[in-house]
Amino acid sequence: MTAIVKVFIPRDSAALSVGAERVSKKLTQLAAEQDTVVDLVRNGSRGLFWLEPMVEVDTPEGRVAYGPVAPKDLPSLIEAGLLNNASPSDRQAHPLYLGLTEEIEYLKKQQRLTFARAGIIDPVSLTDYKSTHGYDGLVRALDMSSQALVDEVKDSGLRGRGGAAFPTGIKWQTVLNTPAEQKYIICNADEGDSGTFADRLQMEADPFALIEGMTIAGLAVEATQGYIYLREEYPHAKDILNEAIQVAEQNGYLGENILDSGKTFHLEVRIGAKAYICGEETALMESLEGKRGMVRPKPPLPAIEGLFGQPTVVNNVLSLSTIAIILAKGGKFYQEFGMGRSRGTMPFQLAGNLKYPGLVETAFGITMKELLFDFGGGTRSGRPMRSVQSGGPLGAYLPESQWHLEMDYEALSAEGAVLGHGGLVAFDDTVDMLEQARFSMEFCVEESCGKCTPCRIGSTRGVEVIDRIRADENRDDNLELLEDLCDTMVSGSLCAMGGMTPFPVQSALEHFGEDFQKPSNNQEAGQ
Amino acid sequence: MTDANTQGAGQAAQASNGQGLANQAEIESVVGRILVELKDIPGPLLPILHEVQHQLGYVPDSSLPIIGKALNISRAEVHGVVTFYHHFSSKPRGRHIIEVCRAESCQSMGGRDLEAHAKSALGLDWYQTTMDKEITLEPVFCLGNCACSPAIRVGDEVYGRMDAEQFDEIVDELRTVPLAFSANPAEVK
Ligand SMILES: Cc1cc2nc3c(=O)[nH]c(=O)nc-3n(C[C@H](O)[C@H](O)[C@H](O)COP(=O)(O)O)c2cc1C
Ligand code: SF4
Ligand code: FES
Repeated sequence: MTAIVKVFIPRDSAALSVGAERVSKKLTQLAAEQDTVVDLVRNGSRGLFWLEPMVEVDTPEGRVAYGPVAPKDLPSLIEAGLLNNASPSDRQAHPLYLGLTEEIEYLKKQQRLTFARAGIIDPVSLTDYKSTHGYDGLVRALDMSSQALVDEVKDSGLRGRGGAAFPTGIKWQTVLNTPAEQKYIICNADEGDSGTFADRLQMEADPFALIEGMTIAGLAVEATQGYIYLREEYPHAKDILNEAIQVAEQNGYLGENILDSGKTFHLEVRIGAKAYICGEETALMESLEGKRGMVRPKPPLPAIEGLFGQPTVVNNVLSLSTIAIILAKGGKFYQEFGMGRSRGTMPFQLAGNLKYPGLVETAFGITMKELLFDFGGGTRSGRPMRSVQSGGPLGAYLPESQWHLEMDYEALSAEGAVLGHGGLVAFDDTVDMLEQARFSMEFCVEESCGKCTPCRIGSTRGVEVIDRIRADENRDDNLELLEDLCDTMVSGSLCAMGGMTPFPVQSALEHFGEDFQKPSNNQEAGQ
Repeated sequence: MTDANTQGAGQAAQASNGQGLANQAEIESVVGRILVELKDIPGPLLPILHEVQHQLGYVPDSSLPIIGKALNISRAEVHGVVTFYHHFSSKPRGRHIIEVCRAESCQSMGGRDLEAHAKSALGLDWYQTTMDKEITLEPVFCLGNCACSPAIRVGDEVYGRMDAEQFDEIVDELRTVPLAFSANPAEVK
């Protein structure tokens, strides 16, 4: 009777967004009513979001899952043995039973390295983290020279996961080679790309991996201060990161004299203020310094003159979190995954109109089609899939003829497509690609930092021109004008905001031109 | 820990200061306290503005010279920063902020209809506040909840797989929360 049942309900914000908190409360209440002692763990999400809220229970056979669970399902779940040692066959009787979590196909087919712990551990439990090889990397790193650390990262072949795919080890070498009184590590947690959520999931499911990665980065380039620049839109991630940082400090993993090594690394979370451009690394540093998020011309490189004029590493959440496993298992181990010059694994994010949206971490080289259909299950609406935007709001819209592409930085860019931060957004055949193109221009109007004319004015003109095409005013002339505008923005912009906003527009024109030829009938749409 | 009810009440408590214009004495004392705490950290301006907006509900114009003086920058510079970021508001807003995601993943799942519904149900355009000062409607570009699109955010809570009906329920609930709050102040963080 007094056996304690271990139950897992995520505190991940996507799970909460579909009712995980209500499920957790109701379960606690029902368990109390029947005198069952429940050890309730608030884990991160496994990233199988169509199954959230997912409830897991520890059983002698392993962890089993149920989902998606609503509070009203709990009485019948308890009846079917949720909280007692029911046999697998008893459990199976319930329609929400998913079997052993690890055996769920979607999860089993993945190669989770960066996300090895996501959804498994209590994100703020240092004990959980350490019992799953957490901090193995840091312990090893403390015995290595800075140069050896940088070499290990070079060996791994890791390229920045924020979008630009620059080799991480080479960036670190520049910072290591630049002498300075104070150097900084900045984690770019601005995750502005629509269709992406891997940074958020990582921070909410396994914050210590990021903290460990940043600490190792500090050792590698001799930086003693780190900042996590987190977007304001992620309040749950903020709480979890701050909790984890405090635990790490209290246990000697952050601060002065880390694990009695004499080394120092301080870490602080700073909050953005809703500005997409502050994901661009130089605008981010301006913002951290307390200024408008205006893009700085390069050179100087941030690695030489970055935050407060000092040498600075800026890396994405996923790049830095992956450092922890690279140091734990070695650069060689990591670089054995992948294809071509894209080494290791990529956490792809399946979003939009898909039956099974979620996080899929696999080696580079999987095709887009496999992601969209074998994992994603096709559209949620059941209608034909028509268009896929890859790589965030600045990425091209791809028609079916391009879905055979292998997910690899070079393979995609050869076709004018973008891998970026790894997001895929699927649209069914109800999409109006003129409206999508208009939105890309409008987004640029809203989010441009305003420094260069082609970006600031070009995007405003872009919206106007598309409105005239929609209204069938001099359609052919305006289509030509739109092409010219795109060319000007591509060639005359300082950063990728203005330089890539044309990608979704041009691809819509090229592959979905019929949507720009419709008779005008929806004047009021999309304002 | 996250808790839908106390979060709702906490939100109400926090914004209740911010409802309507704050008086100058209150502004000076709140901003003064924040400056003592934060003005000496590296890159203090954004943390200061966040705290001012958190406590007063907005960043009053009259706080800008006080902040500028403490940081040794001009009022115009502080103003430039406040206006650059979508998050900072120079005017008081409603007790609750509802943000509707306008970005692509949500668009693909009916987000455009949801935007239109939100506007017509509340009778507001973006950045406007209801007459009763209860609700301000704001756009947001992605909440990182794209696997549960379409998504909205109310205060610090995100809601996924949203539709018009659920939206209306949430709005109804928000409008009744202040009573629950005054009846049970102990729940506020
Ligand atoms: C307009 C724009 C927005 C960006 N947004 C982000 C972002 O949200 N997160 C991110 O990690 N990188 C973003 N980047 C890329 C950063 O400038 C930078 O390359 C990255 O943080 C470097 O880290 P990595 O090498 O680990 O990817 C953006 C770039 C541009 C031009
Ligand atoms: S391209 Fe746009 S966002 Fe980038 S620097 Fe120029 S104006 Fe700013
Ligand atoms: S696009 Fe709406 S939550 Fe990401």
